[in-house]
Amino acid sequence: MYTPHTPAEREEMLKTIGVEGIEELFQCLPSTDKFPDLGLPENMTEMEVLSEMAYIASVNETVQELTSFLGAGAYNHYIPAAVDAILQRGEFYTAYTPYQPEIAQGTLQAIFEYQSLIAALTGMDVSNASHYDGATAVAEAVNMAYHRFRERRKRFVISPRLHPHYRATIHTYMEGMDLDIVGEDLDPNCGTEELIKLINDDTALVMVQYPDFFGRIYDFTELGKVAHEHKAMFGVHVNPIALGMLKPPSEFDADIVTGEGQPLGVPLSYGGPYLGLFATKKQYVRKMAGRLAGETVDTRGQRGYVLTLNTREQHIRREQATSNICTNQGLIALASTVYLSLLGKNGLQDLARLNYQKAHYAAEQLNTVPGFHVNMEIPFFNEFVLHCPVPAEEVNEMLLPYDILGGYDLSQDYPGMTHELLVAVTEMNDRAEIDYLVEVLEEESYD
Amino acid sequence: MTEPTIFEMSRPNRTGVRFPEPDVPETDLPQEFLREDLPLPEISENEVVRHFTNISQYNHAVDIGFYPLGSCTMKYNPKINEQTARLPGFSLVHPLQPEVTTQGSLGLMYELQQWLAAISGFDAVTLQPAAGAHGELTGVLIIRAYHRSRGEKKRNKMLVPDSAHGTNPATSAMSGMEMVELPSDERGNVDLDALEAECDDTLAGLMITNPNTLGLFDENIEEACRLVHEAGGLVYGDGANLNALLGICRPRENGIDVMHFNLHKTFSTPHGGGGPGSGPVGVIEELAPFLPAPVVDIVKEGDQDTPPLYGLVTPSETIGRVKAFHGHFGMHVRALTYMLSLGGNGLRDVAMTAVLNANYLQALVKDTYHIPYDRLCMHEFVAEGAWDDAPDVRALDVSKRIIDFGFHPPTNYFPLIVPEALMIEPTETETKETLDRFAEVLKQIAEEARENPELLLEAPHDAPFGRLDEVKAAKELILKTELPEDYGDEV
Repeated sequence: MYTPHTPAEREEMLKTIGVEGIEELFQCLPSTDKFPDLGLPENMTEMEVLSEMAYIASVNETVQELTSFLGAGAYNHYIPAAVDAILQRGEFYTAYTPYQPEIAQGTLQAIFEYQSLIAALTGMDVSNASHYDGATAVAEAVNMAYHRFRERRKRFVISPRLHPHYRATIHTYMEGMDLDIVGEDLDPNCGTEELIKLINDDTALVMVQYPDFFGRIYDFTELGKVAHEHKAMFGVHVNPIALGMLKPPSEFDADIVTGEGQPLGVPLSYGGPYLGLFATKKQYVRKMAGRLAGETVDTRGQRGYVLTLNTREQHIRREQATSNICTNQGLIALASTVYLSLLGKNGLQDLARLNYQKAHYAAEQLNTVPGFHVNMEIPFFNEFVLHCPVPAEEVNEMLLPYDILGGYDLSQDYPGMTHELLVAVTEMNDRAEIDYLVEVLEEESYD
Repeated sequence: MTEPTIFEMSRPNRTGVRFPEPDVPETDLPQEFLREDLPLPEISENEVVRHFTNISQYNHAVDIGFYPLGSCTMKYNPKINEQTARLPGFSLVHPLQPEVTTQGSLGLMYELQQWLAAISGFDAVTLQPAAGAHGELTGVLIIRAYHRSRGEKKRNKMLVPDSAHGTNPATSAMSGMEMVELPSDERGNVDLDALEAECDDTLAGLMITNPNTLGLFDENIEEACRLVHEAGGLVYGDGANLNALLGICRPRENGIDVMHFNLHKTFSTPHGGGGPGSGPVGVIEELAPFLPAPVVDIVKEGDQDTPPLYGLVTPSETIGRVKAFHGHFGMHVRALTYMLSLGGNGLRDVAMTAVLNANYLQALVKDTYHIPYDRLCMHEFVAEGAWDDAPDVRALDVSKRIIDFGFHPPTNYFPLIVPEALMIEPTETETKETLDRFAEVLKQIAEEARENPELLLEAPHDAPFGRLDEVKAAKELILKTELPEDYGDEV
């Protein structure tokens, strides 16, 4: 299997080491509990393992088998075949962090191109090599703002329409820091002026989502301006597909842009691994956590890339480092790099428009179903809040036997929103699927 | 010859993928929200595939050759793991689907939790942390929450041995702890006197890596844990080096209270050029209520006819979420595939063979390279890459010269307590021939260091790139490229 030695080789190796048997190599271990019986099953052949795993997988129902309108931070998008073909190259996926740049230029150039693409997409000066996911990228933004003001500014204005999992992650990360986190308990439908009221001179960061958790698009120019008037940082969390059509957050003068990179060619895979985007302005590059690739030359005059500004990081600064992050999401960042390279300008523009149009068609059709309502006044991207005549939970339960995943029940995070369903529509939902959803809801006739 | 960047390859109006025309009426967003310019490269599919294939050739990887990068456990990544993770039943499942539609995923995660618990001796496991460092943060936050739940707010001191990985001190600082560094004794173990001196009522705990980063099993582990426990502290185990202990001993039995696993080291999920990793955390029963939410549990017992119903549950005193959703599920699939393939006995064989390989290699090279702690090692060992009679040569030069022979160099300059460290971890998946050849190369390089040091100082000679100018990179800070200013003008 995976260990290659023959019994004769083992004997020879033990002899070279100068021990009698392999157990002798463990002589310095405490005698208690040595070589325990773990009570685990025997090994299986590859055929048996595949059969077992295929069985477990078959127990799940997939978004391919079901008609899915679930989004809420993870989206069902088409992944071009070339993305996985590149990811399956052993040269990429069986390498590690490029500590030896002479034999890691593949990984390093890919990271450099990733940084370039994310900078172009967000309009920001620099991107790092990525974080674990959208939630941890946002937590790192909070952490960065906290240290930017040398831990003196305590107030963090957080939009109630920042993804609930991200908000929870901020609280976990910053538990030891005694922060004044405000904004989360505002009316979830409030406008940006309510956030503006919370900004003061003790504010380190104002953090919003764009499009927000309800899919809505706001112009954050004024919010960014007020944040800066108080010398606070302004952070915007994005859906990268939406940036195929929307103004980049740089136009709101964002200081930090984070994002969930999963829509960029990464499978749903029950929640991970995904990709945390993180970009900032040039003046903050030394405050930013995470790996960074930079361009340089080699001894032969060839252009090449290295990991740079390592002095910010834990392996040099140890307890002085502001973050303990050690790696990036390497292969997932590569997936998004290949994905964005394939789509390019026109592909991403077309995809963003397609998502926008399908979601708007769905919203308009759902608006015709008695008892259901979508607010069409506030612009949205590929996701919207559907007000239902009965609790959203009941709507989802009703839809499941029709093999429809209706959307995300918002009462799970917003106790007042019992009748609201968050519905996502992507290019994977054809018109027939949307019409089917509408038809089933009409037949159920809630009015 | 270097490969151009994707931005240099771009030509207006090329694309590598097309999407269907809209099958719904076209609506448009108001102009004021639209971006004017989207400066992304435009490349055909063939060129994209060639580009990434070409740059992939510049990489060294486990699939290409020996990769003895200490503390990283660069073992072979079985291909079946990649196949199972890509089964549509796993890859096409949304994390927020109703639990009745995700019993396969939940059952798999439950089973993985059980395997990890059995291997380590812990009572409860969370799969949520995304990487080793993320697991550390989770574990230290659990320790902090535990003390606070008992009203012991002043327990804020975290002890970290000087041989620790840099993430340990960074994690304790990030969690709002005050870190105190402990020296190592002459056998490379944690210094018990220094430890005991710090054991007071402000002690939150000890972060310890065992086997440690010298590749040595800490002979004081049980005593160190006992001292910390007596002082009311908890012991955090950095599981980076668990590969040496599978089926050999269980960390919990040594006295560890909370520990992270690195699925990407011990359980063969690929390193991916730097990620994604996966860093589940195991804890003793008393700490289970503090695990991050959610964890997978059986919510309704099964019987002969029906399987149990699995669900996501929130522990009673949870520290909260450490990321969105449920962890790196794709890595959970790979790790469980690996465990099922090996079984309990196979896992023990992994540890035994990893330790055999490291000791064999150490025995082959120890006459040529100084081994600062000359003991039987565990899964790795640390040698010094410098000699008194080769004054110009440093460990880095040895590493660069190793590249010329088609091997990846060991980890350099770590742990910090060994000067000119070369940290060598062969892993269990390497043959005796490879180890013999590597030892010969190391001996040859040691000879060259004395007789022809230029060979080392100017290495690598046979790699696609020579040494890169890191000072220039840090000074000029070119962190991105973009389309040229006049891009598209001529069209």
